[in-house]
Amino acid sequence: MSRPNETTRALAKIGGFARSAAPFVRGLFGAAEQTLDDWLASRLGEDFNERLARVPLALGPAGVDPFGLDPQWAKYAIASVAFLHRHYFRSDVFGIENVPKGRVLLVANHSGQVPMDGAMIGAALFMDADPPRIMRAMVEKWTQTLPFISLFFARVGQVVGVPENAERLLEQGEALLVFPEGAKGISKTFDQRYKLVDFGLGFMRLAMQTGTPIVPVAVIGGEEQYISVANMTGIAKLLRVPAFPVIPQLLIPGGQLPLPTKYRLYFGEPMVFTGDPDDDDSVIEEKVWLVKATLQSMVNRGVKARKGIFF
Amino acid sequence: MDRPPSTDISEDDQEPTSDERSPESPLARIASAAAGTGEGSIVVTGICGRLGKRVARVLHRGHRVIGVDRRPFNDKPKDIEHQQVDIRRKKLKDVFRSGDVQAVVHLGVMHDPRASAADHHSWNVAGFAKLLEYVAQFNVPKLVVLSSSNVYGPQPDNAQFLSEESPLLGGQNFSDIRDLIEVDMLAQSFFWKLPKTDTVILRPVHILGTVHNAASNFLRLPTIPTLLGFDPMVQVIHEADVVKAIELALKPGVRGIFNVAGPSPLPLSRIIDILDRPSIPIPYTFGKMILSRMWSLRLTSFPVPELDHIRYVCMVDDTRAREVCGYTPDYSIHETVRAVNDGIW
Repeated sequence: MSRPNETTRALAKIGGFARSAAPFVRGLFGAAEQTLDDWLASRLGEDFNERLARVPLALGPAGVDPFGLDPQWAKYAIASVAFLHRHYFRSDVFGIENVPKGRVLLVANHSGQVPMDGAMIGAALFMDADPPRIMRAMVEKWTQTLPFISLFFARVGQVVGVPENAERLLEQGEALLVFPEGAKGISKTFDQRYKLVDFGLGFMRLAMQTGTPIVPVAVIGGEEQYISVANMTGIAKLLRVPAFPVIPQLLIPGGQLPLPTKYRLYFGEPMVFTGDPDDDDSVIEEKVWLVKATLQSMVNRGVKARKGIFF
Repeated sequence: MDRPPSTDISEDDQEPTSDERSPESPLARIASAAAGTGEGSIVVTGICGRLGKRVARVLHRGHRVIGVDRRPFNDKPKDIEHQQVDIRRKKLKDVFRSGDVQAVVHLGVMHDPRASAADHHSWNVAGFAKLLEYVAQFNVPKLVVLSSSNVYGPQPDNAQFLSEESPLLGGQNFSDIRDLIEVDMLAQSFFWKLPKTDTVILRPVHILGTVHNAASNFLRLPTIPTLLGFDPMVQVIHEADVVKAIELALKPGVRGIFNVAGPSPLPLSRIIDILDRPSIPIPYTFGKMILSRMWSLRLTSFPVPELDHIRYVCMVDDTRAREVCGYTPDYSIHETVRAVNDGIW
């Protein structure tokens, strides 16, 4: 142990420099945090903090839930998506009262090249549901190897996408969002907009196994935020990314931001499925088809009902 | 040399290398001590380690304890037998010959990252296989093996809480611990092959306290290095809670594999906050480079693959231990983390 001590002492010296600057930096952060808090309250209404306090969470003594969700961190993430929800995409939310109080699996159509739809559903559950909830979603496994990103996901309640985690979250009584279309859904080209691609079967087995009601969520407005004219699958394969969309608007200054389309979120009636979760694919497929058909008709109605894309 | 156990404390201090004892003496000593008590004895391997001593102190209150360890046992309680033998030696059999061994607690696993792989392997695997042979031969009704949650290994795609059925992938990126996984596997196959023996495999999370394992040593560093942008959730357990779990595992009827976790998990950064010690975040690639350099210069006791423990999650679900053994941790997270300070010397 004497050897490690010497080396860490050297490290401690470096740490010493950092620490001498720490009070100043901490002061800056403190001031920034206060200003940010005030600004949040002014933009999102006083009830934002009150809502945060009402979120039912299973926090441990360290103020963190077993999956690493820290409300003090999540607050700012939620606030920024809540801001987009209220002021940028100006989402209209319909049928949020259909979301049951306990465990629920939200099944939504995927669209828009970047997963803004997930963020908007999360914002709706926090800002418009009663009691407010922090929605959970699953992230790709490889994101865990990225510094900061893995940390950020964990602290805002997003978990690694493995079945055991999904099961545990539902047993904990959480609202879990899934996109059964997967990466194929989000990278749809513009001509394929609002047409659901094939659904995976995993979510249905999960719902049946845990006895979780499924709430279909139709997201309208996401398809027009980035208009993709083509998907270069060859390049995507070469770069080992799930898709390589061609989005002309990225070349226009300011076009890098998603277009400020108006989002409309329709929460459908809960659907409950019973049976053996380990049944044949053909049996499960029928049930999945039922969910897909329901969601597709909700999407179609939503698209028909809107008067314009941006308002 | 053939003294009653009550007087040989000073003997041990004077003769640390007393391997040359006559082969009959252990037998005679066990027999003489067994005459006093009605029930059988518990054999504890690796009793001279810090955890082993703690286990001995708890068990000797209710049972007769025979320690097996090649190291000397200083300040040994009077009623504990200590057989200073290497578990790979035939002499180990003498411990069992008396025929009244009611349980074996195997703590004597070697995990010294600096020791040679061959030495590691022969001690951990061959030694343990020998022990299993005697357990089978002498119909010992109970075997408790202390494995570790590290057998699952920290991985980016780990479930947040691993169950006992999760694959043991710890050796995937850290080949030096493959023999420890093999010990776990040997115990598992023993569990199936000999249903007469109640085999219990305990897989505790990072043990903190006076013990000199990687986790405690890491938290005892004057400045704790962390990886920039990584702050995994971790589970820790107080050494006394591990002893409690071992005690519960000795209860008749308890058998199988049990994950053992301490108080609720928390981020690594919160643990460092509790210790109130400075920490320094280092980018992963840079940290890996420094550490491998320091390792080859023998400046550190942490092998490079252990970095994954402060990068990815490796947490377990201990529901089974709580439900079947009635295990609950006694120590709060603050007490558990601060216990590493007791080991600073």
